[in-house]
Amino acid sequence: MAIPKEGYFKLEQGRYGPIFPRTPANYGFTVIAKVKPGRESAIREYGKTIEEAVKANPNVLAPLRLHYLRWVMFDVGSGLHFMYQGIFDTDFDKYVEDAIALFNSTGITTVFVNLEGWPEDWRTNTLAVIKFFRDHQRPSFLEYGEYPYVTADEVRKSLSVKTALSTMLDQMQ
Amino acid sequence: MKRRDFNRLALGICLSPILTNAKLIGGTDALAQETRRDGMLELDDLQHIVITRVPALTGRYEFLSFRQADQGRAWLSGILDQVASVQRARESIEREQSWVSVAFTWQGLRALGVDQQALGTFPEEFRQGMVARAEMLGDTGRNHPDRWVGGLASPNLHAVAILFARNGAERERATRKHQTFLARTPGVEVLSSLDLDGFPPFDYAHEHFGYRDRLSEPQIEGSGLEPTPGSGASVKAGEFILGQVDESGELVPLPKPEVLSRNGTFMAYRRLQEHVGAFRDFLRQHGGPTPEGQELIAAKLMGRWRSGAPLVLAPEKDDPALGADYQRNNNFSYSKMDPQGYAVPLGAHIRRMNPRDTAASIQRRRMIRRGATYGPPLPEGAPEDGVDRGIAAFVLCGSLVRQFEFAQNVWINDPNFHELGNERDPLIGNQDGTFDLTIPKRPIRKKITGLPAFTTLKGGAYFFLPGINALRYLAGQS
Repeated sequence: MAIPKEGYFKLEQGRYGPIFPRTPANYGFTVIAKVKPGRESAIREYGKTIEEAVKANPNVLAPLRLHYLRWVMFDVGSGLHFMYQGIFDTDFDKYVEDAIALFNSTGITTVFVNLEGWPEDWRTNTLAVIKFFRDHQRPSFLEYGEYPYVTADEVRKSLSVKTALSTMLDQMQ
Repeated sequence: MKRRDFNRLALGICLSPILTNAKLIGGTDALAQETRRDGMLELDDLQHIVITRVPALTGRYEFLSFRQADQGRAWLSGILDQVASVQRARESIEREQSWVSVAFTWQGLRALGVDQQALGTFPEEFRQGMVARAEMLGDTGRNHPDRWVGGLASPNLHAVAILFARNGAERERATRKHQTFLARTPGVEVLSSLDLDGFPPFDYAHEHFGYRDRLSEPQIEGSGLEPTPGSGASVKAGEFILGQVDESGELVPLPKPEVLSRNGTFMAYRRLQEHVGAFRDFLRQHGGPTPEGQELIAAKLMGRWRSGAPLVLAPEKDDPALGADYQRNNNFSYSKMDPQGYAVPLGAHIRRMNPRDTAASIQRRRMIRRGATYGPPLPEGAPEDGVDRGIAAFVLCGSLVRQFEFAQNVWINDPNFHELGNERDPLIGNQDGTFDLTIPKRPIRKKITGLPAFTTLKGGAYFFLPGINALRYLAGQS
């Protein structure tokens, strides 16, 4: 699906601004921001912290309703930048406060405090945090899904049906 | 009168009260000591409506417009003494006959002379007002502000005076008194008013479709009131009261000046007309010829039998004793007790309005509802008479965008709530005949397509309910 430059086909207001559309690849969210000088290792280290958190509680990120997360750092000549890309089953506007609460509780926010433009009063100013995400969101102009519009929940259900079926077939041997 | 008997009476009304919904710790005096010791909430500054349910059977809302700031302030100065704090209402509840609350729209604060810089510090959604947020709230089509009544969509709506009274005679007396008073401030115009009336049976709170009401209510930490079993932990005061720590553990900065915002609360007003004839037709159409079948359909729409008994605890058959027992009637959850929705459909009203343990950060989405029914009941068996009847309620919260607007936008009107795909709240969602209701059932689910609208939004507004000191400030007394 090719998407107009502004990121949506028709302006539809959510609680915090325009709603970005669902595409065959569900809801994309790509935040790109410049890393504060000397903070690269702090961000990189945090990858391990998230890994540990998921190991300890596989459902810790469930409220985000994610398919995938990809965190990338790169420098193409204008300084080091961090890219947070997520594929979700819900548009960011709907559950944004839950996401921020999760970012706070899991410490994901500690990644963002290493980025330029992150609001100093992020603990009490949810609106400023939402504004940061919206200001740094870069909408896609093309999205494709090999299995279009399928949610993570449907994938999970299909896999459990497959497991149940193969258990049943095993028991019929 | 013994307190227990008094509470039974309080429970009987369909208006604001119900002390029995929550367990009052000790008597009034003990309660006052409790809260003084606690010292957290300024009960002598909070308008009583935030915490106290009063034993009213009738009420009246008057929607006002201030054509001149000084006249508006004069009106407020005059009515101020009628507005009871939580503490005063608690101390006098057994002898009082009526109770008044006052709240303002953003335009109303401006009309009273609050300066532009201060006005700009109030949250954006409140500044914009409910009309500007209509599309996001789902207030479109037949619910569109163009079709609202009583001047509620007008920028000239500045204030609401909320009256609850023990009976019709007391309401008449208080209304006449207000009219006399208004005659002295001709710059204050009554845009419209709405009379509220409970209707039989008076021994429990219910609305026009016949559902027992007010079964699940959050209680504010430090209020001295305990939530009933299953209603969740007490909620941090900042979720409802500005200037208090909220569930994030933080103190959110107050709008300016603090004397105006401290101990204030935001309120979303919703006047919902209930189409009782269409509702009963639907039950007959989809519930089959027997009363039991029709009651089951009614229960599936709500998630509770009309007696109040929750389907999670009484999935097959109504249990009126359970419905009336506040120690049991809210004591359930979903993730383990009903994950697939075989008892309460995933899209049923109560599962949307309070998803309990199936939603993240549920304590940050809680809301307090105060309100009442209006219009005469439609007698059982009578055809739809076209008379306007319904519920007119205020939803109280610390953040309209995070609490009320989230509930409207996501829980009530998101067609993909719980991955349902094409459903909205069957009772208060924006229904236009194109949405479904899925009722999980073994072996095959039942799907009702083309759900009709059982309610129509007839008006709404965002208000700010200041504390008592803030009312004095607005009136120019401090």
